[in-house]
Amino acid sequence: MTVPVVEFENVTCCYGATAVLENINLHLHKGQFAGVLGPSGAGKTTLLKTILGLHAPARGSVRVGGQIVRDRPSGRVGYVPQVEAVDWNFPLNVEQAVLMGRTQRAGVWPWPSRAERALAQAVMERLGIAEFSQRHIRELSGGQQQRVFLARALIAEPELLVLDEPTAGVDLRTQEDILHLLADLNRGGVTVLMTTHDLNAAAAHLPWVICLNRMIMAQGTPEEVFTPETLNATFRGDMLVVRQHGLIFVQERPHGHSYHDINPRPVLSHSAQDGDGTAEEEEPTHGRIVSAV
Amino acid sequence: MDVLLAPFRYEFFRNGALSSMLIGVLCGLLGVYIVLRGMSYIGHGLSHAVFGGAAVSFALQWNFYAGAGLWGFLAALLITQTVRRYRISADAAIGIVTTASFALGVAIVSSKHRFMQDLEASLFGSILGVTVEQLAGVAIVTTLVGMGIFVLYRPLLFTTFDEETAHAYGVRTQRIDTFFSLALASAIIVSMQVIGVTLIAAAIVIPPITARIVTDRFDRMLLISMVVGAFTALLGIYLSYYLDTSSGATIVLTQAAVFVLALLVSAIRGRNRLAAIDYHV
Repeated sequence: MTVPVVEFENVTCCYGATAVLENINLHLHKGQFAGVLGPSGAGKTTLLKTILGLHAPARGSVRVGGQIVRDRPSGRVGYVPQVEAVDWNFPLNVEQAVLMGRTQRAGVWPWPSRAERALAQAVMERLGIAEFSQRHIRELSGGQQQRVFLARALIAEPELLVLDEPTAGVDLRTQEDILHLLADLNRGGVTVLMTTHDLNAAAAHLPWVICLNRMIMAQGTPEEVFTPETLNATFRGDMLVVRQHGLIFVQERPHGHSYHDINPRPVLSHSAQDGDGTAEEEEPTHGRIVSAV
Repeated sequence: MDVLLAPFRYEFFRNGALSSMLIGVLCGLLGVYIVLRGMSYIGHGLSHAVFGGAAVSFALQWNFYAGAGLWGFLAALLITQTVRRYRISADAAIGIVTTASFALGVAIVSSKHRFMQDLEASLFGSILGVTVEQLAGVAIVTTLVGMGIFVLYRPLLFTTFDEETAHAYGVRTQRIDTFFSLALASAIIVSMQVIGVTLIAAAIVIPPITARIVTDRFDRMLLISMVVGAFTALLGIYLSYYLDTSSGATIVLTQAAVFVLALLVSAIRGRNRLAAIDYHV
């Protein structure tokens, strides 16, 4: 049997006296594409950080490629942190940010070699950010910033790619693009582990999901795991799971009330408040598309 | 022309000008990393901490460089480790470690008055009284730090940008931190006797911030910061000769003037990077 790429054995992690992860047992095999799902504060980021050697477990052991992670994981690991975790005002352009992924394999010269720049160019082209290569990182949209981090991870040619909320804060189209790109990489042999709290995107794109809320609540394919019981236990909510034509839709159960029940006389527009007859002068725009430019 | 070159006839002036220019380069170089890490206050703090170390080495009759150097290095390490392990903000950690160390220095000085004269130079510096040994010290440290940063340029840049991610990508961030603490402590010790404890903070912060206003690129920021450091040092010491003012203070005022000039130029050109500056300071 082959050695798992990532292996957690009875891992407990604490911040001070509070346990954020309890008794985690987890295997990730080569070529797997897995997502960690859970609400905020469930310990998703901590789980990733133990793999990267950024957070030492209080008990238990974490192995990457069969080696216990002490200071850092052995082998080539790419890491994409949360976009907010970074100082976007740092004086850096896109190409320089991407080239950071080669830091450990660079020579002693401060500047990148011609080969490295060509590699960066190829990776940026693949991710559709080559045209911004000389732009300052602050001048990019959220989705483009996410791609910069992805490019930095790819240029390191990782065997294991670890991503923290790669689809948070980007529009639907970009989210779709990123998940397809990860699937692409995965088909190329890269083991991928990402966190997300977007259940529908996970159901549609991830072959393996791990539900986490301090403990592992369930893991398996979305078909196995996405049941109201498991999701309710993980998210402490009231979930509705709809399966149709082999697709899974997850939705928080519709509330038993509308906003009218909470506030019987909500303010709906400027004119509704006036009540002096001026309301009629304005063309009503409710309930239809105002402009279809 | 002869009138303009007049001050350079004096050896003390040449030594003073050369050492303060080197310090301008050295502090301008290290300052870029410090400012970008949001640790602007560390220069001010460490120079005070080193004063404590200097007082202890005078009292115990140790070699000044060894005693103050070790002290400064330990203080810098203590600060970075406190921030790293206990998640105390950098300015608070600097405040605690360095004021305690400075207070220790003051306590020793006040109990043994005879050290006062030697230590006064450490507090206020004496650019025009620079000895050849001090000049050599500055030159050696500037060369070593420059070489170190040249070799560690890329891992140091990654660590400064995002320490956790750098670690995950295999950068030995702990070693990088140690190198930087050592470089900073050495820089402060050799600068302290020339420009004084109280003016080091300015030499470390003003040139990088000035550079940050005029560029969005890290490599250019490094270069501009060093040039501004050297140029303002030369201009400042030159002005002080004719205005008959304190040379250290004149250098800092020159730096402040160049900073304001850079602000005005960038405002006129509409390239407003003030938001970034606000973030870093």
